[in-house]
Amino acid sequence: MTTAMRRHARLLSTAALLGAGALAFTACAGGATNAPTSGGGDGEFTYLGQTENTTIIATLETLASDQCADAAEAAPLKADDIAGTQWDQQLQLLASQNGLSDMQMAAGTPSLMQQFIDAGQVLNLSETLDELGVADQVLPAADSTIKALYGDGDLYALPTEFNIEGFWYNKQLLADNGIEVPTTWDALVDSAATLQGAGVQPFAAAGKDGWPVTRLVGDYIFRDLGPDALQKVADGEAKLTDPAYVAAADAVSELGKAGYFGDAVGSVDYNAAMNLFLTGKAAYFYMGSWALANFNDEAQNQIGVDNVGFAPFPAVEGGAGSIDQIPANVGIPVMFSAQGADDDTKAWVKCIVENYGDTVLADSGVVSGFALDETPTGLSAPTQVVQDTIQNAPSSVLWFEAKFTSKGTSISQTNGGALANGSLSGADFMKLVQAANDEG
Amino acid sequence: MHKVLGDKRAILVLLGPALLVYTLVMLVPIIWSLFYTVQDGNPITGFTFAGFDNFAKFFQDPAAWDAVLFTLRYALVLTVLQVGVGYLLSLMYVFWLRRGSGLIRTIVFFPVVLPTVAVALLFQRLFEAAPTTGPVNTLIQFLGGGNVDWFGTPMASFWIIILMDLWRSMGFYAVLLYAGLVDIPDELIESARIDGASGWKLIRTIVLPLSLPVLLSSLIFSINGTLKVFDTIVALTNGGPGNASTPLTLYMFRTSFAYGDYGYGSTIALMLTILCLLFTVFIFRSTRNDLTKG
Repeated sequence: MTTAMRRHARLLSTAALLGAGALAFTACAGGATNAPTSGGGDGEFTYLGQTENTTIIATLETLASDQCADAAEAAPLKADDIAGTQWDQQLQLLASQNGLSDMQMAAGTPSLMQQFIDAGQVLNLSETLDELGVADQVLPAADSTIKALYGDGDLYALPTEFNIEGFWYNKQLLADNGIEVPTTWDALVDSAATLQGAGVQPFAAAGKDGWPVTRLVGDYIFRDLGPDALQKVADGEAKLTDPAYVAAADAVSELGKAGYFGDAVGSVDYNAAMNLFLTGKAAYFYMGSWALANFNDEAQNQIGVDNVGFAPFPAVEGGAGSIDQIPANVGIPVMFSAQGADDDTKAWVKCIVENYGDTVLADSGVVSGFALDETPTGLSAPTQVVQDTIQNAPSSVLWFEAKFTSKGTSISQTNGGALANGSLSGADFMKLVQAANDEG
Repeated sequence: MHKVLGDKRAILVLLGPALLVYTLVMLVPIIWSLFYTVQDGNPITGFTFAGFDNFAKFFQDPAAWDAVLFTLRYALVLTVLQVGVGYLLSLMYVFWLRRGSGLIRTIVFFPVVLPTVAVALLFQRLFEAAPTTGPVNTLIQFLGGGNVDWFGTPMASFWIIILMDLWRSMGFYAVLLYAGLVDIPDELIESARIDGASGWKLIRTIVLPLSLPVLLSSLIFSINGTLKVFDTIVALTNGGPGNASTPLTLYMFRTSFAYGDYGYGSTIALMLTILCLLFTVFIFRSTRNDLTKG
């Protein structure tokens, strides 16, 4: 009897230990089950994007069924998306587990991209495009913008967009109130006062997202102190808390105090701000040219696409910068995982580089940083303006947070809303951001 | 039974698997995290030994202190309110509603079973100011007031978080404390009544001392739960406006995973653990004193 019991106990303990072991293995296997998303010669081409951006995935799907059908047959496109607000931290987590997709939107913070590049996680596209013989398909202007962002002179992301930024305005609302398109900051502020007086909200801005507000601070700095002003901050030659820099944040905070962004700008997100402008409830909308996709969409754009005008960020009187230095960026470019760069992926890269530009312009009206095979015709008025501006701009500038650390970028953008409702002074804002940058 | 538990191998078999799983999923990460507190970096850039720099940084970091202050303010206010309101509710169940309290208890308990994110979305919509006007603002406008940007003001955001969490948790504490009150023998209360105790006096002299153990557990539950608040705030305000409603947990999460500083993030986590420990010890101590006095 006792022997039987002992045998039972032994059996039981073995079973229990095995069970526990299995449990522990499942607990640890989280990383391993994610492995297929990291690409490799796995017969699929994985893409991870931000939920908010529907243009890239739509274009990829079009390509998969048309020009890139061969690549898609060898490695079908498998797409996934997550919310843009958590983007950088998700990428960090994925990268630390070697779980990056074959292709994904790049990190929003250039300093984080730098970490990925240093750690060898991101495919060097200068080499890959040379190898594939398609290096000339990336426009020089876009090429240099990306290289300026990420440091070491090589290309690590593809410009699925090439954007210029500025104030989009409602032509009708300006004309109704006798306002000429402002070319100086003072004229812009005066026109805002006129509009506010007439019961029109002067600016639509996504205070909840913050960056559309902090962009204004950056642009003001470029106009007032010259195009190298923020590089000086990055190099430690100047501080954001210097009075000349604080003046820029104060200028934006003044707009907020006057209520020019509306009475609840801190709760307005990107889509709500876009909606305010496209339903004619606000006169100016500072945004990048990626918004052309929305402007060209008749369902969204109730003010009519021909009613949308573009004004470069105005000059600051007596400033060192000039109005023709256009704020430009490559939106959120796409990067490729170094690990996932097998032949399937390279076939996709080649096809994307060769065909993305024409497809996205034709389907979504988005101007990318790829060379075009066909000169487009029948573009809408705003798209044409963007094309012309890109062709004719003598030089470009980056944006406020382009050279900041991850923490600096985050602190700047989370406090943008407070700047826009006037509850945070320019000096306090700059103090917060400078402190976050100093911490590294 | 005694024989089985006296056998060391039986104990090993019974406890071993659970202990193994616990060690792997709890103790190992905790020790790992402790190790990170003296490191600088993240898995992408690699780690370097940083000594006690992270601790020095914590004590000099104004954002960390803002987060500590917010956490304390939130934990104290919410603990007082949720245990207080919960206690009042449980008294109401026992002494006023008596047997008919079932329905009310269910209704008050209902928010406890709702998912946090759903409740947060509900409150976001309730207090929404833009792009659409929520019911609260509609009411204010109807009464002649202006559109209030609730989530744009630090103080208003704080009180909305408190209101939401109170609504969510008071039912739980009411049931918990109700269980304690029901345990008080009816005879005791009866005899106290015969002796002339009623109302406030009955509660203060009989009910409160006898329900003190369960009240104490509620306080410890509450203070530890509220010091570690994360999901409700992330879902409702995401720490905003600016960083005005950022608790230590969210600051830790951002530092580690958004700013890519695992070392400093782990240091913040350790500080939070110490804070929870201090509070628990403090509550234990203070009530033990009371009990000896009583």
